[in-house]
Amino acid sequence: MVAVSQTTPFAGHGIEAAGPKPRQLTLPRFGVYVFLFVAALFFLLPVYVMIVTSLKPLAEIRETNVLMPPMAPTLAAWWEAWNSACTGLKCDGVKVGFLNSVKIVVPTVILSVLIGSLNGYVMSFWRFKGANLLFATLMFGAFLPIQVVLYPIVRLWSAMGLFGSLPGIILIHVIFGMPIVTLMYRNFYAALPIEIFKAARVDGAGFWRIFGHVFLPMSGPITVVVVIWQVTGVWNDYIMGLTFGGLSNSPMTVQLNNIVGSQTGERFFNVEMAATMLTALVPLVVYMVSGRWFVRGITAGAVKG
Amino acid sequence: MRHLSAKIAIAPTVLVTLIVFVGCLVWTFAISFTSTRGVPVFDFVGLAKYQELWASSRWQTSFKNMFIFGAGFISLSLILGMLLAVLIDQQVRAENAFRTIFLYPHALSYIVTGLAWQWFLNPQLGLQKFVQDLGWSDFTFRVLVDRNVAIYAIIAAAVWHSAGLVMAIMLAGLRGVDDEIWKATKVEGIPRWRAYIWIILPMLGPAMTTCIMLLAFGVIRNYDLVVAMTNGGPGTATEVPAKFVMEYLFERQNAGLASAAATIMLLSVVAVGAPVWYLQSWRNRRRIAGRG
Repeated sequence: MVAVSQTTPFAGHGIEAAGPKPRQLTLPRFGVYVFLFVAALFFLLPVYVMIVTSLKPLAEIRETNVLMPPMAPTLAAWWEAWNSACTGLKCDGVKVGFLNSVKIVVPTVILSVLIGSLNGYVMSFWRFKGANLLFATLMFGAFLPIQVVLYPIVRLWSAMGLFGSLPGIILIHVIFGMPIVTLMYRNFYAALPIEIFKAARVDGAGFWRIFGHVFLPMSGPITVVVVIWQVTGVWNDYIMGLTFGGLSNSPMTVQLNNIVGSQTGERFFNVEMAATMLTALVPLVVYMVSGRWFVRGITAGAVKG
Repeated sequence: MRHLSAKIAIAPTVLVTLIVFVGCLVWTFAISFTSTRGVPVFDFVGLAKYQELWASSRWQTSFKNMFIFGAGFISLSLILGMLLAVLIDQQVRAENAFRTIFLYPHALSYIVTGLAWQWFLNPQLGLQKFVQDLGWSDFTFRVLVDRNVAIYAIIAAAVWHSAGLVMAIMLAGLRGVDDEIWKATKVEGIPRWRAYIWIILPMLGPAMTTCIMLLAFGVIRNYDLVVAMTNGGPGTATEVPAKFVMEYLFERQNAGLASAAATIMLLSVVAVGAPVWYLQSWRNRRRIAGRG
């Protein structure tokens, strides 16, 4: 297993001074820039289209085209999307889904951090019989598509009275997040010098004390990665929310898809795109603010070997 | 008893793992041999549900689409992602900005991605109208309503979402390449682009394997993107296995059939994961042997 810290992408970024000296703009280098620039346009285009559409009145959307910037930008569609867009019969806007998503994400992330760090701690320092088997099973769980176990879980959750409730959807997120979060903490702890653990043992500290007073306070960096990973992952989830959220706990993604899907007859493209942008906003802001921590998460969760 | 606290601490995880990742899996497998519709019925019907599954044209389309989507999505994401990583590795200016732009779609959900692209490719007001407005009035670009090509539109959106991930992983690998190797290629007079193709990229085999595996699991899981972009249409042209399972589980109340389809999904995951796992453990063994 490679430690999380070793899988940091872009490591070494910022030390370009060691590389060759800046080159002149030759033809091949010009080609490099042209390609990168065109690629950047491709990646930016759909979001640009969403934003300009959300800022136009409906009539302007019909008359002009998707790439044309708005003549008189207005936030009316954003306001409508947030406050009064309709899903089926209810017209309360995506703010309902936003609140539901917050209610799901916050407890899920807190529980994931607590359980994942504890698991990682046990797996790194307190080897027990069957630890390898447990870890292998967890990793298998990390790659298991939810559909493969969905029917039994729905039956179980119904039997326990959890189906369609907020605790029910939080629990399913915590369980399905557990493998990767455990992996991240395990790799982080395993890369720490074992002497720290030994010293604490020699000092007579017990299991919980070592965890609470030694390792948990040291877990800041990996916890940031885990929080970013879980916030974006749970926020972006659709299938769990659709299945386990029920009518009253639908997260924002589910509500968004209902808003767009439920429109029969005239479609309010500007409101649809404003609602889509609003749903994208939380993970986008997390991504922009966290930058390399986000990258660490997506690669740390993946890179094993 | 030693380490009692540790055992107590890990017990809930062991229990949940056994119930959810093992027990429920076996349960699904068992249900696939019954005629369960809504409530579980334990009547053994043999392979009847599997026969029903493979006789279903909806499933045949779904299964076939998994391969069409998979081939297009994995190859294009890999090519584009690797190309971007190599180009960014050329000491370009504004590297940070390029990286941020290429990776941000990966932070968005598949629902958002799908809705953005279904609007962008809207058959009346989307890209088609833009090109027509440029003066090319006969231009038609109705990918989302053409049952022969709708799946390619989904591939485009998925590549947009995931190429940045490949770039990030490959770039991390490129940055880890020993400078000595670059110096050696210079001494040998090997052109830079050749060095990439024949020396550097082959060294990044493990990173590439990771990418392929992640993308392949994404293919098997593919559900939200299809729901948001085409909802399986036009007709059943863009149906996929994950959506088939959901449909028969909840809307059509045929859990036996859905479980048979879910079992095929599981086998697909194993078919992707097993060779990779084998390759990795082989590499690890060789590495350890090499050290000893």
